[in-house]
Amino acid sequence: MTTASARQLVRRCLAEIAPDADVSGLAPDTPLRQALDLDSMDVLNLVAAIADDAGIEIPDRDVGGLKTLDDVAEYIAHVEVTR
Amino acid sequence: MPSLGADMVDGRLLGWHVRLGDVVKRGDIVATVDTEKAEIDIETFEPGVVAQLLVEPGTKVPVGAVLAILSADGAAADAPRQEVVEPEAEPLSKPELVTASQPEPVAAHPSKPVAAAEPRSPDGGPRVSPLARRVAADLGVDLTAVRGSGPRGAITRVDVERAAATSPGRVADAASHRSASDRSASLREAVGALMARSKREIPHYHLARDIDLTVALGWLEEHNRDRPPAQRVLAAALLLKAAALSAHDVPEVNGAFQDGTFRPAARVNLGVAVSLRTGGVIAPAILGADELTLAELMQALHEVTARARRGVLRGSDLAGATLTVTSLGEQGADLVHGVIFPPQVALVGFGRIVQRPWAVDGMVGARPAITATLAGDHRVSEGHRGSLYLASLDHHLQEPDQL
Repeated sequence: MTTASARQLVRRCLAEIAPDADVSGLAPDTPLRQALDLDSMDVLNLVAAIADDAGIEIPDRDVGGLKTLDDVAEYIAHVEVTR
Repeated sequence: MPSLGADMVDGRLLGWHVRLGDVVKRGDIVATVDTEKAEIDIETFEPGVVAQLLVEPGTKVPVGAVLAILSADGAAADAPRQEVVEPEAEPLSKPELVTASQPEPVAAHPSKPVAAAEPRSPDGGPRVSPLARRVAADLGVDLTAVRGSGPRGAITRVDVERAAATSPGRVADAASHRSASDRSASLREAVGALMARSKREIPHYHLARDIDLTVALGWLEEHNRDRPPAQRVLAAALLLKAAALSAHDVPEVNGAFQDGTFRPAARVNLGVAVSLRTGGVIAPAILGADELTLAELMQALHEVTARARRGVLRGSDLAGATLTVTSLGEQGADLVHGVIFPPQVALVGFGRIVQRPWAVDGMVGARPAITATLAGDHRVSEGHRGSLYLASLDHHLQEPDQL
C-alpha cells in the first residue's frame, strides 16, 4: 500500500468513527486529535476501524506517537511493506 | 412516557419499533421519543405481546402517560407463531390475543445494566469489533443474534450489515427529526436550565487532589500490550471504576436529594458526561458501574459514548444516574470545578493526564498525574467527607489490578 492509498484509508476510517467531524478538509500534517476534537475513545475506535479495514492492529504503545494523518498513513504503509 | 431525567416534563413520540402482535422481551427497544436533550430509544421492562399502541408518532405527551399496552403472559406470546401457521387468520387485533391475560402498561423503568444485558464480554465469548458494535447500534441490530465470520468467530462490520439487510430492522420513523441546529439549541437550553437550577439550589463545595498515575498507567500498558483494539481498556475506564468503587467508602456522594432529604443509592449508576462535537454535553448513565468488571465497564462506556454522539440514547441511559463523572480527556484543561446534575449530590471531575514534577522520598521526578476534583452538596456532606472520597479514589487508582 502506498502512503497515498493509506491516507485514503485513514480518511475513510476517520469519517466512520467521527461522522460529525470535518475530515475532508484535514491537512496531512495537522495534529488529528486537536483538529477533529478526538478523545481517547475516538482514537481507539480509529485503531479498531483500521484493524477491521486493513487488518493492521497498531499496538497500544505506538498509538500515542501517531499525531497526524500522515503519521498514521506512513505507519500503515510501512507495516504493509514489511509483512 | 418515561421520565428521562429530573428536568423532563414531556416527550414527543417519533416512531414505534414494534407492531401490534409483536413479541417483545425485556430490554427490547419499542419506540423512539424526542426530548430536549436527545432522541431516546425506549426499552420495555416487561416481556409480552404488543396489544395496543395508544400514541400516534408525532404526538407530544406528558411524562407518565401510557404509550402502549402489552399483554403479559406466555400464552399470548405464542400468538404470532399461530398467525404464521394460519395466514388467513384475523389481523393481530383479535380480542383473544390481547385479552388472553391482564394487559399491563409498558413499564418505563430503566432496564438492567448495559453490560450485563450484553452476555459477551471481551474476555469471553465471541469478539465484536468496536466498529461492528457502532454499526450495530446505528442499524439497530441485536448483536446476540449475529453470527461472526471473523477470526475466532469475531463479529465484523460486514456480519452486522448482512444481519441488518436480512432482518426487519428498525421501523421507519413516522415523525420528523429535529434538524442538527435545532437539536444543538434545544440541548443547550436544557443543559442551561438544569445547570441554572443546580447553581440556584445546591450549595456546592469544591475539593481537588492530585493523583499519581504511574502505577495505574503502567498496569494499563501491560494489560493492553497484546490485546487487539476491541479488547483494550482506556485510562478513562480505570478512572470511572475507581470513582464508582470509592462511592462505597463515602456513600454521601451517591444518590439523590429530593423533597428535602437525601436518599442514598444502593448501587452506583455512574453518569458519564460526554461532550458533543456539535456543542453541548449529555450524561448517560452506566448502571451498576461498581459491579461491572473493567472489561464490561469499558464496553458500556463505549456503547453510551457512541449513542450520545449519535444523538439517540436509550431510556435506561438517562434514567437514574446517582453520581456523575466528567473527564476532560487529552485535550482538556488540568482541572475542572464541576457543577452537580440535580437531583444528584456530587460530581467527580478529572482533568487531563500530564507529566508533573512529583516528590517521592525527598526526590523530585516526572510522573504522569491527574487532578481529581469533587463538587459536593453541602446539604448532604462537607469538605471532610469529600476529602475522604478523593483519598479513596487515590487509593483505588494505586491498586489497578483490583479495579
